[in-house]
Amino acid sequence: MSASESVVALAGVSKRFRGGTVALQGIDLEVRPREFVSLIGPSGCGKSTLLRVIGDLVPPTEGTVTVNGKSAERARRDRDYGIVFQQAVLYDWRTVARNIALPLEMLGWDRRRRKERVDQMLELVELTGFADHHPWQLSGGMQQRVSIARALAFEPALLLMDEPFGALDEMTRERLNAELLRIWADTGSTVVFVTHSIPEAVFLSTRVVVMSARPGRIAQMIDVDLPQPRTNEVREEPRFFELVTEVREALVKGGAEQATAQLIAEGEL
Amino acid sequence: MHDVRRRSRSVGLSAAARVATFLGVLAFLWGLWELWHWIGTRFKLTWPFPVNDVTMPHLHRIVQALFQPAQANGPSLLHVLLEASAFTAKEAALGFVLGAAGGFAIAVVLSQSRFLERGIIPYVVASQTIPLLAIAPMVVVGLGSKGIHDWLAVAVLAAYLTFFPVTINALRGLQSADPRAVELMRSYAAGRWRILWKLQAPSSLPYLFSAFRIAAPLAIVGAIISEPSASIQGGLGGAIVNFNQYYSIEPQELWATNVISALLGIVFFLAVVAAERLIVRRAPENVA
Repeated sequence: MSASESVVALAGVSKRFRGGTVALQGIDLEVRPREFVSLIGPSGCGKSTLLRVIGDLVPPTEGTVTVNGKSAERARRDRDYGIVFQQAVLYDWRTVARNIALPLEMLGWDRRRRKERVDQMLELVELTGFADHHPWQLSGGMQQRVSIARALAFEPALLLMDEPFGALDEMTRERLNAELLRIWADTGSTVVFVTHSIPEAVFLSTRVVVMSARPGRIAQMIDVDLPQPRTNEVREEPRFFELVTEVREALVKGGAEQATAQLIAEGEL
Repeated sequence: MHDVRRRSRSVGLSAAARVATFLGVLAFLWGLWELWHWIGTRFKLTWPFPVNDVTMPHLHRIVQALFQPAQANGPSLLHVLLEASAFTAKEAALGFVLGAAGGFAIAVVLSQSRFLERGIIPYVVASQTIPLLAIAPMVVVGLGSKGIHDWLAVAVLAAYLTFFPVTINALRGLQSADPRAVELMRSYAAGRWRILWKLQAPSSLPYLFSAFRIAAPLAIVGAIISEPSASIQGGLGGAIVNFNQYYSIEPQELWATNVISALLGIVFFLAVVAAERLIVRRAPENVA
Protein backbone atom coordinates (compact mmCIF):
# COMPACT_ATOMS: atom_id res chain seq x y z
CA MET A 1 0.00 0.00 0.00
CA SER A 2 1.39 3.39 -0.95
CA ALA A 3 1.47 6.36 1.38
CA SER A 4 -1.17 8.19 -0.64
CA GLU A 5 -3.82 5.54 0.09
CA SER A 6 -3.23 5.45 3.82
CA VAL A 7 -4.60 8.02 6.26
CA VAL A 8 -1.38 8.09 8.26
CA ALA A 9 2.02 6.96 7.02
CA LEU A 10 5.13 7.21 9.18
CA ALA A 11 8.53 6.25 7.77
CA GLY A 12 11.67 6.08 9.89
CA VAL A 13 10.34 8.57 12.42
CA SER A 14 12.57 9.43 15.40
CA LYS A 15 12.19 12.08 18.03
CA ARG A 16 15.01 13.24 20.24
CA PHE A 17 14.17 15.90 22.80
CA ARG A 18 16.55 18.61 23.84
CA GLY A 19 18.62 17.12 26.63
CA GLY A 20 19.06 13.89 24.64
CA THR A 21 16.02 11.81 25.63
CA VAL A 22 15.11 9.59 22.69
CA ALA A 23 11.31 9.45 22.77
CA LEU A 24 10.86 7.64 19.47
CA GLN A 25 13.21 5.62 17.27
CA GLY A 26 12.69 4.21 13.80
CA ILE A 27 8.91 4.22 13.76
CA ASP A 28 7.26 2.83 10.60
CA LEU A 29 3.48 2.75 10.72
CA GLU A 30 0.64 2.92 8.25
CA VAL A 31 -2.98 3.47 9.20
CA ARG A 32 -5.56 2.68 6.53
CA PRO A 33 -8.94 4.37 6.11
CA ARG A 34 -11.59 3.32 8.69
CA GLU A 35 -9.04 1.54 10.86
CA PHE A 36 -9.12 1.91 14.64
CA VAL A 37 -5.50 1.67 15.75
CA SER A 38 -4.48 1.70 19.41
CA LEU A 39 -1.00 2.60 20.58
CA ILE A 40 -0.23 0.84 23.85
CA GLY A 41 2.92 0.68 25.92
CA PRO A 42 4.48 1.48 29.29
CA SER A 43 4.70 5.12 30.33
CA GLY A 44 7.62 6.81 28.63
CA CYS A 45 7.32 4.73 25.45
CA GLY A 46 6.53 7.85 23.46
CA LYS A 47 2.97 6.94 22.48
CA SER A 48 1.64 10.41 23.25
CA THR A 49 4.62 11.96 21.46
CA LEU A 50 3.87 9.75 18.44
CA LEU A 51 0.28 11.01 18.40
CA ARG A 52 1.54 14.62 18.51
CA VAL A 53 3.99 13.94 15.70
CA ILE A 54 1.06 12.73 13.56
CA GLY A 55 -0.84 15.89 14.50
CA ASP A 56 2.14 18.15 13.70
CA LEU A 57 2.12 19.44 17.26
CA VAL A 58 5.65 18.07 17.85
CA PRO A 59 8.15 18.03 14.95
CA PRO A 60 10.00 14.73 14.39
CA THR A 61 13.80 14.79 14.48
CA GLU A 62 14.04 12.34 11.57
CA GLY A 63 11.73 10.60 9.15
CA THR A 64 8.64 11.56 7.19
CA VAL A 65 5.05 11.91 8.34
CA THR A 66 2.27 11.80 5.77
CA VAL A 67 -1.37 12.42 6.65
CA ASN A 68 -4.07 12.05 3.99
CA GLY A 69 -1.34 11.96 1.36
CA LYS A 70 0.22 15.28 2.34
CA SER A 71 2.73 16.55 4.88
CA ALA A 72 1.59 16.53 8.52
CA GLU A 73 1.85 20.32 8.57
CA ARG A 74 -0.32 20.71 5.48
CA ALA A 75 -2.85 18.30 7.00
CA ARG A 76 -2.96 20.29 10.24
CA ARG A 77 -3.44 23.53 8.32
CA ASP A 78 -6.25 21.87 6.35
CA ARG A 79 -7.82 20.79 9.68
CA ASP A 80 -7.76 17.13 8.64
CA TYR A 81 -7.93 15.74 12.16
CA GLY A 82 -9.72 16.22 15.46
CA ILE A 83 -7.89 15.66 18.74
CA VAL A 84 -9.05 14.55 22.21
CA PHE A 85 -6.80 14.72 25.26
CA GLN A 86 -6.77 12.87 28.59
CA GLN A 87 -8.28 15.95 30.22
CA ALA A 88 -11.29 17.39 28.45
CA VAL A 89 -9.51 20.79 27.98
CA LEU A 90 -12.81 22.68 27.80
CA TYR A 91 -12.90 26.46 28.05
CA ASP A 92 -14.39 27.44 31.40
CA TRP A 93 -15.74 30.71 30.05
CA ARG A 94 -17.72 29.03 27.29
CA THR A 95 -20.91 27.03 27.64
CA VAL A 96 -21.02 23.41 26.47
CA ALA A 97 -22.59 24.51 23.17
CA ARG A 98 -19.95 27.18 22.57
CA ASN A 99 -17.15 24.76 23.43
CA ILE A 100 -18.40 22.35 20.78
CA ALA A 101 -18.77 25.27 18.35
CA LEU A 102 -15.14 26.41 18.84
CA PRO A 103 -13.68 24.56 15.80
CA LEU A 104 -16.70 25.64 13.73
CA GLU A 105 -15.97 29.28 14.60
CA MET A 106 -12.40 28.75 13.48
CA LEU A 107 -13.74 27.42 10.17
CA GLY A 108 -15.87 30.54 9.80
CA TRP A 109 -19.27 28.83 9.91
CA ASP A 110 -22.21 31.19 10.43
CA ARG A 111 -24.27 31.13 13.62
CA ARG A 112 -27.19 29.12 12.27
CA ARG A 113 -25.06 26.41 10.75
CA ARG A 114 -23.05 26.20 14.00
CA LYS A 115 -26.16 25.80 16.10
CA GLU A 116 -27.53 23.05 13.87
CA ARG A 117 -24.29 21.09 14.06
CA VAL A 118 -23.92 21.62 17.82
CA ASP A 119 -27.43 20.24 18.35
CA GLN A 120 -26.57 17.17 16.27
CA MET A 121 -23.36 16.68 18.25
CA LEU A 122 -25.12 17.00 21.60
CA GLU A 123 -27.51 14.31 20.47
CA LEU A 124 -24.64 12.11 19.29
CA VAL A 125 -22.92 12.19 22.68
CA GLU A 126 -26.25 12.12 24.55
CA LEU A 127 -25.94 15.53 26.20
CA THR A 128 -29.06 17.18 24.80
CA GLY A 129 -30.30 19.63 27.42
CA PHE A 130 -26.81 20.52 28.66
CA ALA A 131 -26.04 23.07 25.93
CA ASP A 132 -26.12 26.07 28.27
CA HIS A 133 -24.22 24.47 31.15
CA HIS A 134 -20.68 25.50 31.92
CA PRO A 135 -18.00 22.78 31.96
CA TRP A 136 -17.51 22.82 35.72
CA GLN A 137 -21.17 21.88 36.20
CA LEU A 138 -20.60 18.51 34.45
CA SER A 139 -19.09 15.23 35.67
CA GLY A 140 -15.72 14.09 34.30
CA GLY A 141 -17.40 11.62 31.92
CA MET A 142 -19.78 14.25 30.58
CA GLN A 143 -16.90 16.71 30.09
CA GLN A 144 -15.02 14.11 28.07
CA ARG A 145 -18.10 13.53 25.90
CA VAL A 146 -18.23 17.27 25.21
CA SER A 147 -14.57 17.11 24.24
CA ILE A 148 -15.32 14.22 21.82
CA ALA A 149 -18.27 16.13 20.38
CA ARG A 150 -15.98 19.13 19.83
CA ALA A 151 -13.42 16.95 18.03
CA LEU A 152 -16.11 15.40 15.80
CA ALA A 153 -18.03 18.64 15.16
CA PHE A 154 -16.28 19.51 11.91
CA GLU A 155 -16.33 15.87 10.72
CA PRO A 156 -12.59 15.26 10.46
CA ALA A 157 -11.78 12.00 8.70
CA LEU A 158 -9.08 11.31 11.32
CA LEU A 159 -9.50 11.31 15.07
CA LEU A 160 -6.43 11.43 17.35
CA MET A 161 -7.17 10.42 20.93
CA ASP A 162 -4.62 10.66 23.76
CA GLU A 163 -5.82 8.42 26.63
CA PRO A 164 -9.24 10.09 26.47
CA PHE A 165 -10.76 7.85 29.13
CA GLY A 166 -7.68 7.44 31.31
CA ALA A 167 -8.94 9.71 34.09
CA LEU A 168 -12.40 8.12 34.32
CA ASP A 169 -13.72 5.35 36.54
CA GLU A 170 -14.01 1.84 35.06
CA MET A 171 -17.78 1.88 34.56
CA THR A 172 -17.88 5.26 32.83
CA ARG A 173 -14.95 4.15 30.75
CA GLU A 174 -16.68 0.99 29.48
CA ARG A 175 -19.81 2.97 28.65
CA LEU A 176 -17.83 5.58 26.72
CA ASN A 177 -15.86 2.81 24.95
CA ALA A 178 -19.13 1.43 23.58
CA GLU A 179 -20.29 4.94 22.70
CA LEU A 180 -17.05 5.68 20.88
CA LEU A 181 -17.40 2.50 18.79
CA ARG A 182 -20.93 3.51 17.84
CA ILE A 183 -19.73 6.98 16.80
CA TRP A 184 -16.80 5.48 14.89
CA ALA A 185 -19.19 3.18 12.99
CA ASP A 186 -21.67 6.03 12.34
CA THR A 187 -19.10 8.55 11.11
CA GLY A 188 -16.79 6.23 9.21
CA SER A 189 -13.71 7.95 10.58
CA THR A 190 -10.23 6.63 11.18
CA VAL A 191 -9.00 6.61 14.78
CA VAL A 192 -5.53 6.58 16.33
CA PHE A 193 -6.02 5.95 20.03
CA VAL A 194 -3.41 6.06 22.80
CA THR A 195 -4.10 3.99 25.92
CA HIS A 196 -2.39 2.04 28.65
CA SER A 197 -5.33 -0.28 29.23
CA ILE A 198 -4.99 -3.66 27.49
CA PRO A 199 -8.73 -4.59 27.53
CA GLU A 200 -9.64 -1.15 26.25
CA ALA A 201 -7.16 -1.45 23.36
CA VAL A 202 -8.44 -4.93 22.41
CA PHE A 203 -12.11 -4.02 22.75
CA LEU A 204 -11.90 -0.88 20.61
CA SER A 205 -9.29 -1.59 17.96
CA THR A 206 -8.99 -3.24 14.63
CA ARG A 207 -5.24 -3.26 15.30
CA VAL A 208 -3.12 -2.85 18.43
CA VAL A 209 0.37 -1.40 18.14
CA VAL A 210 2.48 -2.50 21.11
CA MET A 211 5.33 -0.15 21.96
CA SER A 212 8.35 -0.49 24.25
CA ALA A 213 10.14 2.26 26.09
CA ARG A 214 13.54 3.93 26.13
CA PRO A 215 13.82 4.41 23.26
CA GLY A 216 10.19 4.30 22.12
CA ARG A 217 9.85 1.67 19.39
CA ILE A 218 7.13 -0.50 17.91
CA ALA A 219 7.55 -3.94 19.49
CA GLN A 220 4.70 -5.77 17.77
CA MET A 221 1.45 -5.24 15.87
CA ILE A 222 -1.55 -7.41 16.64
CA ASP A 223 -4.63 -7.56 14.40
CA VAL A 224 -7.84 -7.78 16.38
CA ASP A 225 -10.22 -10.10 14.53
CA LEU A 226 -13.19 -9.77 16.88
CA PRO A 227 -16.46 -9.33 14.93
CA GLN A 228 -18.01 -5.93 14.26
CA PRO A 229 -20.11 -4.24 15.53
CA ARG A 230 -18.87 -4.92 19.04
CA THR A 231 -20.99 -4.81 22.13
CA ASN A 232 -20.02 -5.31 25.75
CA GLU A 233 -20.66 -9.07 25.40
CA VAL A 234 -17.46 -9.23 23.35
CA ARG A 235 -15.58 -8.68 26.61
CA GLU A 236 -16.69 -12.14 27.77
CA GLU A 237 -15.73 -14.10 24.64
CA PRO A 238 -12.75 -16.50 24.78
CA ARG A 239 -11.20 -14.81 21.72
CA PHE A 240 -11.23 -11.49 23.60
CA PHE A 241 -9.21 -13.05 26.44
CA GLU A 242 -6.80 -14.70 23.99
CA LEU A 243 -6.11 -11.32 22.41
CA VAL A 244 -5.74 -9.63 25.79
CA THR A 245 -3.17 -12.29 26.68
CA GLU A 246 -1.40 -11.83 23.37
CA VAL A 247 -1.08 -8.08 23.90
CA ARG A 248 0.07 -8.56 27.49
CA GLU A 249 2.77 -11.03 26.42
CA ALA A 250 3.91 -8.63 23.70
CA LEU A 251 4.17 -5.88 26.32
CA VAL A 252 6.14 -8.14 28.68
CA LYS A 253 8.43 -9.25 25.86
CA GLY A 254 8.94 -5.62 24.81
CA GLY A 255 9.78 -4.81 28.42
CA ALA A 256 12.26 -7.71 28.66
CA GLU A 257 13.97 -6.66 25.43
CA GLN A 258 14.19 -3.16 26.68
CA ALA A 259 15.72 -4.30 29.99
CA THR A 260 18.25 -6.41 28.07
CA ALA A 261 19.07 -3.52 25.77
CA GLN A 262 19.61 -1.31 28.78
CA LEU A 263 21.95 -3.84 30.39
CA ILE A 264 23.93 -4.10 27.15
CA ALA A 265 24.11 -0.34 26.97
CA GLU A 266 25.40 -0.21 30.50
CA GLY A 267 28.03 -2.84 29.68
CA GLU A 268 26.77 -5.53 32.04
CA LEU A 269 26.01 -8.17 29.38
CA MET B 1 -27.72 22.22 38.39
CA HIS B 2 -28.23 21.98 42.14
CA ASP B 3 -24.60 23.02 42.54
CA VAL B 4 -25.42 26.44 41.15
CA ARG B 5 -28.41 26.89 43.41
CA ARG B 6 -26.43 25.98 46.46
CA ARG B 7 -23.73 28.44 45.55
CA SER B 8 -26.10 31.33 45.05
CA ARG B 9 -27.82 30.60 48.35
CA SER B 10 -24.52 30.65 50.21
CA VAL B 11 -23.79 34.02 48.55
CA GLY B 12 -27.14 35.31 49.85
CA LEU B 13 -26.37 34.14 53.36
CA SER B 14 -22.89 35.63 53.42
CA ALA B 15 -24.21 39.01 52.21
CA ALA B 16 -26.12 39.47 55.47
CA ALA B 17 -23.15 38.11 57.40
CA ARG B 18 -20.85 40.52 55.57
CA VAL B 19 -22.90 43.56 56.51
CA ALA B 20 -22.89 42.42 60.14
CA THR B 21 -19.12 41.86 60.03
CA PHE B 22 -18.58 45.27 58.46
CA LEU B 23 -20.64 47.06 61.11
CA GLY B 24 -19.00 45.04 63.88
CA VAL B 25 -15.48 45.88 62.72
CA LEU B 26 -16.45 49.55 62.29
CA ALA B 27 -17.85 49.71 65.84
CA PHE B 28 -14.75 47.98 67.17
CA LEU B 29 -12.35 50.42 65.45
CA TRP B 30 -14.47 53.39 66.59
CA GLY B 31 -14.27 52.11 70.16
CA LEU B 32 -10.52 51.57 69.89
CA TRP B 33 -10.01 55.16 68.63
CA GLU B 34 -12.08 56.67 71.41
CA LEU B 35 -10.49 54.41 74.05
CA TRP B 36 -7.00 55.49 72.99
CA HIS B 37 -8.15 59.11 72.94
CA TRP B 38 -9.50 58.76 76.51
CA ILE B 39 -6.38 56.96 77.81
CA GLY B 40 -4.09 59.47 76.06
CA THR B 41 -5.77 62.59 77.44
CA ARG B 42 -6.42 61.08 80.90
CA PHE B 43 -2.79 60.00 81.44
CA LYS B 44 -1.22 62.71 79.25
CA LEU B 45 0.58 60.25 76.97
CA THR B 46 3.36 61.72 74.86
CA TRP B 47 4.48 58.44 73.32
CA PRO B 48 4.28 57.47 70.47
CA PHE B 49 2.60 60.85 69.94
CA PRO B 50 0.85 63.34 72.23
CA VAL B 51 -2.87 62.66 72.24
CA ASN B 52 -5.24 65.63 72.11
CA ASP B 53 -8.15 66.93 70.05
CA VAL B 54 -5.79 68.05 67.27
CA THR B 55 -3.93 64.79 66.70
CA MET B 56 -7.01 62.63 67.32
CA PRO B 57 -10.27 64.56 67.00
CA HIS B 58 -13.35 62.75 68.28
CA LEU B 59 -14.89 60.71 65.51
CA HIS B 60 -18.31 62.19 66.09
CA ARG B 61 -16.79 65.64 65.55
CA ILE B 62 -15.43 64.51 62.19
CA VAL B 63 -18.90 63.31 61.22
CA GLN B 64 -20.44 66.54 62.54
CA ALA B 65 -18.00 68.64 60.52
CA LEU B 66 -19.36 67.06 57.35
CA PHE B 67 -22.75 68.63 57.97
CA GLN B 68 -21.53 72.09 58.90
CA PRO B 69 -20.68 74.81 56.38
CA ALA B 70 -17.04 74.73 55.29
CA GLN B 71 -17.00 78.50 55.05
CA ALA B 72 -19.31 81.03 56.69
CA ASN B 73 -22.70 80.95 54.95
CA GLY B 74 -21.38 78.43 52.40
CA PRO B 75 -22.65 74.95 51.56
CA SER B 76 -21.95 72.09 53.97
CA LEU B 77 -18.50 70.45 53.99
CA LEU B 78 -20.13 67.23 52.75
CA HIS B 79 -21.54 69.09 49.78
CA VAL B 80 -18.15 70.61 48.99
CA LEU B 81 -16.39 67.25 49.34
CA LEU B 82 -18.95 65.39 47.22
CA GLU B 83 -18.43 67.90 44.42
CA ALA B 84 -14.68 67.53 44.80
CA SER B 85 -15.13 63.73 44.76
CA ALA B 86 -17.12 63.86 41.53
CA PHE B 87 -14.35 65.91 39.95
CA THR B 88 -11.58 63.61 41.17
CA ALA B 89 -13.65 60.53 40.24
CA LYS B 90 -13.87 61.80 36.65
CA GLU B 91 -10.07 62.15 36.47
CA ALA B 92 -9.48 58.81 38.19
CA ALA B 93 -12.01 56.94 36.03
CA LEU B 94 -10.41 58.17 32.83
CA GLY B 95 -6.97 57.45 34.30
CA PHE B 96 -8.08 53.93 35.21
CA VAL B 97 -9.42 53.25 31.73
CA LEU B 98 -6.27 54.64 30.08
CA GLY B 99 -4.02 52.74 32.46
CA ALA B 100 -5.94 49.47 32.12
CA ALA B 101 -6.08 49.65 28.33
CA GLY B 102 -2.46 50.74 28.02
CA GLY B 103 -1.31 48.19 30.59
CA PHE B 104 -3.11 45.36 28.82
CA ALA B 105 -1.78 46.45 25.43
CA ILE B 106 1.79 46.44 26.76
CA ALA B 107 1.21 42.95 28.22
CA VAL B 108 -0.11 41.68 24.87
CA VAL B 109 2.99 42.96 23.08
CA LEU B 110 5.36 41.53 25.72
CA SER B 111 3.56 38.15 25.68
CA GLN B 112 4.47 37.70 22.02
CA SER B 113 8.17 37.21 22.64
CA ARG B 114 10.47 36.23 25.48
CA PHE B 115 13.03 38.60 24.07
CA LEU B 116 10.68 41.58 24.31
CA GLU B 117 9.54 40.56 27.77
CA ARG B 118 13.09 40.34 29.10
CA GLY B 119 14.12 43.55 27.37
CA ILE B 120 11.17 45.73 28.37
CA ILE B 121 10.10 44.53 31.84
CA PRO B 122 13.00 46.27 33.67
CA TYR B 123 11.81 49.60 32.28
CA VAL B 124 8.22 48.87 33.26
CA VAL B 125 9.43 48.25 36.82
CA ALA B 126 11.73 51.29 36.76
CA SER B 127 8.81 53.50 35.72
CA GLN B 128 7.27 52.93 39.13
CA THR B 129 10.37 53.95 41.06
CA ILE B 130 10.03 57.50 39.72
CA PRO B 131 7.83 59.51 42.09
CA LEU B 132 4.66 60.83 40.49
CA LEU B 133 5.52 64.28 41.82
CA ALA B 134 8.69 64.26 39.71
CA ILE B 135 6.97 63.65 36.41
CA ALA B 136 3.78 65.60 37.13
CA PRO B 137 5.14 69.02 36.04
CA MET B 138 6.46 67.58 32.75
CA VAL B 139 3.11 66.02 31.91
CA VAL B 140 1.09 69.06 32.97
CA VAL B 141 3.32 71.54 31.14
CA GLY B 142 3.80 69.24 28.15
CA LEU B 143 0.11 68.54 27.62
CA GLY B 144 -0.83 72.11 28.59
CA SER B 145 1.32 73.49 25.77
CA LYS B 146 -0.84 71.46 23.37
CA GLY B 147 -3.94 73.15 24.81
CA ILE B 148 -5.07 70.04 26.70
CA HIS B 149 -7.12 70.59 29.86
CA ASP B 150 -5.38 70.24 33.21
CA TRP B 151 -7.77 67.52 34.40
CA LEU B 152 -6.78 65.38 31.41
CA ALA B 153 -3.15 65.71 32.43
CA VAL B 154 -4.15 64.48 35.89
CA ALA B 155 -5.91 61.50 34.28
CA VAL B 156 -2.71 60.67 32.38
CA LEU B 157 -0.75 60.80 35.64
CA ALA B 158 -3.28 58.50 37.31
CA ALA B 159 -2.91 56.14 34.34
CA TYR B 160 0.86 56.15 34.90
CA LEU B 161 0.25 54.66 38.33
CA THR B 162 -2.42 52.15 37.30
CA PHE B 163 -0.91 50.58 34.18
CA PHE B 164 1.81 48.83 36.16
CA PRO B 165 -0.17 46.19 38.11
CA VAL B 166 -2.28 45.62 35.00
CA THR B 167 0.74 44.92 32.79
CA ILE B 168 2.37 42.59 35.31
CA ASN B 169 -0.78 40.56 36.03
CA ALA B 170 -2.08 40.53 32.46
CA LEU B 171 1.26 39.15 31.29
CA ARG B 172 1.00 36.30 33.80
CA GLY B 173 -2.61 35.76 32.80
CA LEU B 174 -1.85 35.61 29.09
CA GLN B 175 0.85 33.06 29.81
CA SER B 176 -1.44 31.01 32.06
CA ALA B 177 -3.32 29.29 29.22
CA ASP B 178 -3.30 25.48 29.48
CA PRO B 179 -0.56 24.18 27.10
CA ARG B 180 -2.96 21.50 25.86
CA ALA B 181 -5.50 24.19 25.04
CA VAL B 182 -2.76 25.84 22.97
CA GLU B 183 -2.18 22.49 21.20
CA LEU B 184 -5.92 22.29 20.59
CA MET B 185 -5.88 25.73 18.96
CA ARG B 186 -2.89 24.73 16.84
CA SER B 187 -4.79 21.61 15.74
CA TYR B 188 -7.39 24.03 14.35
CA ALA B 189 -4.59 25.78 12.45
CA ALA B 190 -5.10 28.87 14.62
CA GLY B 191 -2.52 31.61 14.18
CA ARG B 192 -1.00 33.78 16.89
CA TRP B 193 -3.86 36.32 16.93
CA ARG B 194 -6.61 33.72 17.01
CA ILE B 195 -4.86 32.00 19.94
CA LEU B 196 -4.50 35.37 21.65
CA TRP B 197 -8.16 36.41 21.36
CA LYS B 198 -9.91 33.07 21.65
CA LEU B 199 -7.71 31.52 24.33
CA GLN B 200 -5.07 33.68 26.01
CA ALA B 201 -7.16 36.81 26.56
CA PRO B 202 -10.11 34.96 28.17
CA SER B 203 -7.63 32.90 30.24
CA SER B 204 -6.12 36.14 31.54
CA LEU B 205 -9.42 37.63 32.77
CA PRO B 206 -9.21 36.46 36.41
CA TYR B 207 -5.63 37.79 36.61
CA LEU B 208 -6.69 41.01 34.94
CA PHE B 209 -9.44 41.61 37.47
CA SER B 210 -7.05 40.98 40.37
CA ALA B 211 -4.96 43.77 38.89
CA PHE B 212 -8.00 46.02 38.43
CA ARG B 213 -8.83 45.64 42.12
CA ILE B 214 -5.40 47.08 42.94
CA ALA B 215 -5.45 49.62 40.13
CA ALA B 216 -8.86 51.16 40.92
CA PRO B 217 -7.93 52.72 44.30
CA LEU B 218 -4.50 53.54 42.86
CA ALA B 219 -6.19 55.66 40.21
CA ILE B 220 -7.80 57.74 42.97
CA VAL B 221 -4.48 58.12 44.77
CA GLY B 222 -2.78 59.11 41.52
CA ALA B 223 -5.42 61.72 40.74
CA ILE B 224 -5.31 63.21 44.26
CA ILE B 225 -1.52 63.46 44.29
CA SER B 226 -1.39 64.98 40.82
CA GLU B 227 -4.07 67.67 41.31
CA PRO B 228 -1.82 70.13 43.21
CA SER B 229 0.84 69.82 40.47
CA ALA B 230 -1.77 70.83 37.93
CA SER B 231 -2.97 73.63 40.24
CA ILE B 232 -6.44 72.09 40.33
CA GLN B 233 -8.48 73.40 43.28
CA GLY B 234 -11.80 71.71 42.66
CA GLY B 235 -10.83 68.11 43.42
CA LEU B 236 -10.07 66.10 46.56
CA GLY B 237 -6.36 66.81 46.13
CA GLY B 238 -7.10 70.53 46.23
CA ALA B 239 -9.31 70.08 49.29
CA ILE B 240 -6.56 68.16 51.10
CA VAL B 241 -3.97 70.87 50.36
CA ASN B 242 -6.46 73.52 51.52
CA PHE B 243 -7.44 71.82 54.80
CA ASN B 244 -3.79 71.01 55.52
CA GLN B 245 -3.26 74.73 56.10
CA TYR B 246 -5.97 74.90 58.77
CA TYR B 247 -5.15 71.58 60.43
CA SER B 248 -4.10 72.99 63.81
CA ILE B 249 -7.37 74.94 64.09
CA GLU B 250 -9.85 72.58 62.49
CA PRO B 251 -8.33 69.11 62.20
CA GLN B 252 -11.71 67.46 61.72
CA GLU B 253 -12.04 68.99 58.25
CA LEU B 254 -8.92 67.28 56.94
CA TRP B 255 -9.97 64.05 58.62
CA ALA B 256 -13.39 64.30 57.00
CA THR B 257 -11.72 64.82 53.61
CA ASN B 258 -9.62 61.69 54.19
CA VAL B 259 -12.73 59.67 55.03
CA ILE B 260 -14.47 60.81 51.84
CA SER B 261 -11.33 60.03 49.77
CA ALA B 262 -11.19 56.55 51.27
CA LEU B 263 -14.88 56.01 50.53
CA LEU B 264 -14.31 57.03 46.90
CA GLY B 265 -11.50 54.47 46.65
CA ILE B 266 -13.82 51.82 48.09
CA VAL B 267 -16.54 52.71 45.57
CA PHE B 268 -14.04 52.26 42.73
CA PHE B 269 -12.94 48.92 44.19
CA LEU B 270 -16.51 47.68 44.52
CA ALA B 271 -17.28 48.73 40.95
CA VAL B 272 -14.45 46.46 39.78
CA VAL B 273 -15.71 43.58 41.95
CA ALA B 274 -19.22 44.01 40.50
CA ALA B 275 -17.88 44.04 36.93
CA GLU B 276 -15.86 40.91 37.68
CA ARG B 277 -18.98 39.09 38.92
CA LEU B 278 -20.73 39.91 35.65
CA ILE B 279 -17.90 39.12 33.27
CA VAL B 280 -15.72 36.34 34.64
CA ARG B 281 -17.27 32.90 34.31
CA ARG B 282 -15.00 30.36 35.94
CA ALA B 283 -15.20 27.17 37.91
CA PRO B 284 -15.35 28.25 41.57
CA GLU B 285 -11.99 26.56 42.28
CA ASN B 286 -10.27 28.26 39.32
CA VAL B 287 -10.84 31.87 40.28
CA ALA B 288 -7.44 33.50 40.59
